[in-house]
Amino acid sequence: MAHASASPSSPDAAAAVELQNVEKRFADFTAVTGINLTIKKGEFFSLLGPSGCGKTTLLRMIAGLEFPSSGKVLIAGQDVHDVPACERPVNTVFQSYALFPHMTVRDNIGFGLRMKGMGRDEIRVRVDKIMELVQIGQFAERKPHMLSGGQRQRVALARAVVNEPTVLLLDEPLGALDLKLRKELQFELVALQRRLGITFICVTHDQEEALTMSDRIAVMNRGHIEQLGAAEDLYESPRTRFVGGFLGTCNIIEGSVTNRGPGGASVTTAAGPMRVEFRKDSDATRRDKLTLGIRPEKVRLREEPGNEQENCFPVTVKELQYIGSETHYLLDCSGLQLSAEVMNSKVGSQGFEAGQKAFVYLPPAGLVVLDD
Amino acid sequence: MKRNGPILSLTSILLYCFMYTPIVVVAIFSFNASKYGVAWKGFTTKWYGVLFNNEQALRAAENTLILASASAAIATLLGTLLGYGLSRYWFPRKKFVATLMYVPVVIPDILMAVALLMFYGLMRDALGIFELGLSTMIFAHITFQIAFVAVVVKARMVGMDPALEEAARDLGANRWNVFWRITFPLMFPGIMSGALLAFTLSLDDFVVSFFTSGPGSTTLPILIYSSVKRGITPDINALSTLMVCASVLLVAGVTALQPRKNYHEK
Repeated sequence: MAHASASPSSPDAAAAVELQNVEKRFADFTAVTGINLTIKKGEFFSLLGPSGCGKTTLLRMIAGLEFPSSGKVLIAGQDVHDVPACERPVNTVFQSYALFPHMTVRDNIGFGLRMKGMGRDEIRVRVDKIMELVQIGQFAERKPHMLSGGQRQRVALARAVVNEPTVLLLDEPLGALDLKLRKELQFELVALQRRLGITFICVTHDQEEALTMSDRIAVMNRGHIEQLGAAEDLYESPRTRFVGGFLGTCNIIEGSVTNRGPGGASVTTAAGPMRVEFRKDSDATRRDKLTLGIRPEKVRLREEPGNEQENCFPVTVKELQYIGSETHYLLDCSGLQLSAEVMNSKVGSQGFEAGQKAFVYLPPAGLVVLDD
Repeated sequence: MKRNGPILSLTSILLYCFMYTPIVVVAIFSFNASKYGVAWKGFTTKWYGVLFNNEQALRAAENTLILASASAAIATLLGTLLGYGLSRYWFPRKKFVATLMYVPVVIPDILMAVALLMFYGLMRDALGIFELGLSTMIFAHITFQIAFVAVVVKARMVGMDPALEEAARDLGANRWNVFWRITFPLMFPGIMSGALLAFTLSLDDFVVSFFTSGPGSTTLPILIYSSVKRGITPDINALSTLMVCASVLLVAGVTALQPRKNYHEK
C-alpha cells in the first residue's frame, strides 16, 4: 500500500532522511499525521515538542521500531519500508540508554560490530578508539550498573556511533541527567557531531537544548509539525501561537485590522491602535482578526512617551522580579497584560517600582502575526 | 537501616522458634540412640547408616529424584515459554489467560489430586493410557509446577526494560540473536529459580503424589507417611532431616539467584 504512494517526488541526493506524507495510527489514536520532512546529510536536526506530540513515534519509525500506517520513510534515498530495524543504517541512543546489564562496557559497545560479523581484533581496535573519543576508556571492563548517569550516557552514545551509521537517532539523550551535566554534554554532543559528520536527529522536549544544539528544528504539536527552521528563525519569527509560547515566552495581543497598507496594517487592540508589519509570505494580509506576539525582551519600557508616533502606550508596573542582569516586569496596559524583560545596563539604580506609571514602546518589527 | 526495638526482636525470635522447633526436634531425635519413644539415650549416627542400607528407602529416594528432575525439567521449559509469551505477546483474552495461570497456585492440593486421579481413571477406561505409576506422577507434578515457573519467569520479564531488546535489534541483531544474546541471558536467573522452585515443590509433595502413584512408584514423602502409621522410627527422623536439608539448600539457591538491587536499570 505504501509502495503505491501517489507522491511523485524523487529522492533528494543530499537528504539523509526523508519522510513523505507519513502517518501513524495506533488502535485508538493518531500519533502523527501529514509529516513531510527532509533532513540533510551532516545536519544536527531536532524534533522539539511537548510529551505526546508524536516526536518519539517519528524517531522510532526512522529506526524501524515502528512502521508508518501510511506514507514513506526514505533513508539515504532508499525506501526502507521492507527493511527491518536490524538492517537499517541507523543507530539509536535510547532515553533509558538500554545498556545490556549482563555485558561489560566493552562488550556493549562492540555488540553492533559483532552482529555485523567483524573480527575480534578489528572490534577491539574500533571499540578502544571510540571509548577514547568519549572518555570512558577506564571503564571498559565495568558492568553498566557500576557507572554514573553521565558515564552510561557516553557508553550509549559510543555503542551507537561505533557502527558509523548514516543517521544517529537520539531520544531525549540528556533527559535523565542533572542540569550541570546536561549543559556540558550539550557542547560535547555538538562537537562529536561536527567531528564525525554523521547526521544527528535528536528528540527533545527541552527548548533550550534544541536551540543550542541544532542546525534546524522541527517544532511538533499534536502529531504534526508546526514550524521548521533554524533556531533563530523559530525564535524571532514564530508562525503560530503554539511555537511562540513553546519556544521562550511570548506576549499575546488580540486585535482587529482597521487600516490595511502595503506590507503592514493598523490593528485595534485593547491597548489602542497598533502598527504591524506582515511577513512577505503571510496570509494574514487577508484576515480581519489578528493574533500578535511580541517577546518580552523586545518590549521597551521607558519613563517618557519618547519620539515614536505609533505603538507607544501608557502602562502601570504591577509586579517586578529583579534577576540581577535584568529585571522582569509585569505591566498593565489598559487591561492588557504585558511582560517585559529589561537589561540592567545602566550604572547605579535601575528601572521602575511597582505601582509606577510608565510607557511601553512595541517596535513594529518585533510584533509578529501568529496563526492559531 | 533503623534498629529494631526489643519487643519487635522478641516477637521475631518467638515466631522463628514456633516455625523451626518441630524441625529441629526431628533433627535432634535422628541422632538419638533410643529406638522407641522420646527419651534421650545418647548420641549416635547409626540411623543414617540404617537408612542407607534400607532397600525400600533407597528405591523411594531414587523415585523421588527421578520424579523431581523429570517434572522440573519439563515444567521449566513449558513454564518459561508461558511466562515469556504472557509478558511479550498480546493476544485476545490475555488477561483471562494470565489469571487462569494462577489457579494451580491457589487451588488446594487435594482438589488437584482428586481431579487428576479421576482424569487418569477416565483416560484409562477410554483409551487404556495413564496407568498409575511414575509417569502419571510426573504429569501430575508438571501441572502445578508450570504455574510457579511461569510466575517467576514473568516477574523477571516484567522487570526487564523492553528497550533492551529494541536496542539489540537497532544494533543489527536478528530475532535469534536478540533472544539468545539479550533476552535469554537476562531471563536465565528467573528460569533457574523457577526450575529450583519446581524441583523443591516436587520433592516435598505428598498429596498429589499419594493420589497418582502406583505400585512401585513410592516416593520419600509417601514412604514416610506409611512408615509413620506404624510408629515413628529414628531412621524416619534421619530421612526427614536429610529432606529438610535438601530443601533448604535448594531454597538458598533460589534466593541467591534473585537479582540484587540496582542490577536492573530503569
